[in-house]
Amino acid sequence: MGELSAARAYITHMSLSRDQISDRLAAVGYVADRDIATALWLMDYLARPLLLEGEAGVGKTEVAKALAAVHAAELIRLQCYEGLDQNAALYEWNYQRQLLAIKAREGAGENADAIEEHVFSEKYLLERPLLAAIRRPTPPVLLVDEVDRADEEFEAFLLELLSDFQVSVPELGTIKAVSIPRVVLTSNGTRELSDALRRRCLYHYVDFPDVDREARIILARLPQVDAGLALQVARMVAAVRKEDLHKVPGVAETLDWAAVLAGLGVHDLRQSPEAVHETMICLIKTHEDRARLTREVTDRLLGKVA
Amino acid sequence: MAVEPIRASVGSIGAGARARLAGFAATLRENGFKIGLAETRDALSILVSPAAARRSSLKPALRALFAATRSDWERFDAIFDAYWSGRGVRRAQVARVSSAGGGAAAARRSVALPSQSPQGLPDQVDRRSGAEGESGASPGGRRGGASRAENLAAADVRHILDPDEIAEVHALAARLARTMRARLLRREQARRRGRRLDIRRTIHRNVSKGGTPVDLVWRRRKTKPLRLVVLLDTSGSMNLYTAFFVRFLHGVVDAFREAEAFVFHTRLAHVSPSLRDRDVARAVDRLGLMAQGIGGGTRIGESLATFNRWHARRVVNSRTAVMIVSDGYDTGEPELLSAQMQRLRQRCRRIIWLNPLIGWKSFSPEARGMQAALPHVDLFAPAHNLESLAALEPYLARI
Repeated sequence: MGELSAARAYITHMSLSRDQISDRLAAVGYVADRDIATALWLMDYLARPLLLEGEAGVGKTEVAKALAAVHAAELIRLQCYEGLDQNAALYEWNYQRQLLAIKAREGAGENADAIEEHVFSEKYLLERPLLAAIRRPTPPVLLVDEVDRADEEFEAFLLELLSDFQVSVPELGTIKAVSIPRVVLTSNGTRELSDALRRRCLYHYVDFPDVDREARIILARLPQVDAGLALQVARMVAAVRKEDLHKVPGVAETLDWAAVLAGLGVHDLRQSPEAVHETMICLIKTHEDRARLTREVTDRLLGKVA
Repeated sequence: MAVEPIRASVGSIGAGARARLAGFAATLRENGFKIGLAETRDALSILVSPAAARRSSLKPALRALFAATRSDWERFDAIFDAYWSGRGVRRAQVARVSSAGGGAAAARRSVALPSQSPQGLPDQVDRRSGAEGESGASPGGRRGGASRAENLAAADVRHILDPDEIAEVHALAARLARTMRARLLRREQARRRGRRLDIRRTIHRNVSKGGTPVDLVWRRRKTKPLRLVVLLDTSGSMNLYTAFFVRFLHGVVDAFREAEAFVFHTRLAHVSPSLRDRDVARAVDRLGLMAQGIGGGTRIGESLATFNRWHARRVVNSRTAVMIVSDGYDTGEPELLSAQMQRLRQRCRRIIWLNPLIGWKSFSPEARGMQAALPHVDLFAPAHNLESLAALEPYLARI
């Protein structure tokens, strides 16, 4: 409890108000949905990590990047995968250098205890993302990406780290956090996360942006696209997402498509249905989906959209 | 310490506001939210923060704190509005909430956005629905069964009263769980003996010996248990066997470390949470209520489509065996069933189709649905009694 309130005090000390966060999100070019600023403010206020869930491609990772930009903090990213273990996530000893040091010092005639003390010092410790995140002098943003891909064991370990913010290295002792990172976790829902982890975190469900927001995202990212085309593209993508597809196009695909259309000199989707249909491959990821989106379907969607 | 002012002002919240907030937390818990003391305490902090000044920021703040899953997320607004602007009539609020949830689900389905989260599904059966059904207040009108459905429930009760049989079915499920050996993973684990040398760990261990590899560390492949997913057809044509298989399901969920159970007739329902109830009679009772169809045939293809779209990503992986228990009498389109079977086949390790009718002497798999599904099935076997299930053991051992 003492630890936790200390952590809270530290973060509250430098926290921004909700409106400031909202303004800064806009300033760093992140087109925020309505409630994300509240969630980001609450992270600091309650000193809790934020869990973002949503489809692949809705822009969960972007939220973490925007958060780092808002606080002018470093972004440290840990990509999870099945079989991720502490060596890859937390720390590792630099064996090669340790061995070299041993050989060198043996030659110099030092005694064994002194050598051991030396080679298990911090000098030979390799930081991995989790350790790096708690040893920065200023609090970074730690992005634990796709936490659902990691194993249950790792999740339990992560939970422990998130509540204590200290790490014990057997050869070295306990390493306490220098600063408490802001932690963002993302999940695609390939595995059910534990209740404990869910309860520890604030929760935000990230949905596909609505047409208006997606159009604003296109405009923010691709200055060469004009407002009319951006809106048409956003409407078209929204219509495509309603089709029964295997892989629903994400925001990145929308941006690709808009860039391609702009590159081809298209200013109005209605004027060039040919180009629209041919460039739709930017949105489509599987053979079946390609077969389903025939020219007739494209034209029908286009008719509804434009 | 910046914390002190917060703590002090939390103390300044009146008893009335505290009670209202506690009531809100209780209402959320009744609706299946998992909320602990820490969350309630943090909610008090939010109430004294600037966010509480406006409803437009208070609601998302409390939602971010209290919601933990997508279904929580989607239902929160309705519960929030009902509680904070309602007249405090809890029963009415709950009803309003569940109908609002249903409306949202219907809206989602109509736009057919494939938001594949396992939570908040159109077919999701509320854990409470079984319990509420007894008082006739089951949400979603799941209670409106035909007389045949009531027969089925009656049959359930009759069978539950026979403890020996329950024990026998349970023991069988446990034996199957043991039989389905742990699967080998590609991941390896450090061991004292094994196939391959773990060079990194060997060097680490021998740093104290100057790097001379005295103690060797080996790697060996790690094992993980096979997961079993059972889809049980509870339509009218299966009603002779439903009671038996419901108990089998209970045994499976109980005995397997990783198992999921679904029932379907015209729609698909995820029933593992209800089955995890230790009280067999109550679990089976709940399931009996869920299994009661609204009538109107079996839609195997559609149920499988629902499964593939909403559940498969979470519950099916490359070491999952899917067991479908059905007589194959499908009132939907065989093309849909075939396509969905193919999709499922690509995801899982094996599909086992158990058909109780095979036990009948004059049986041939003539049902259209059965014909459509068969090409994608790895094992097609009878399942009309305990012996036929036990006969699966050798097969499951080889998967």
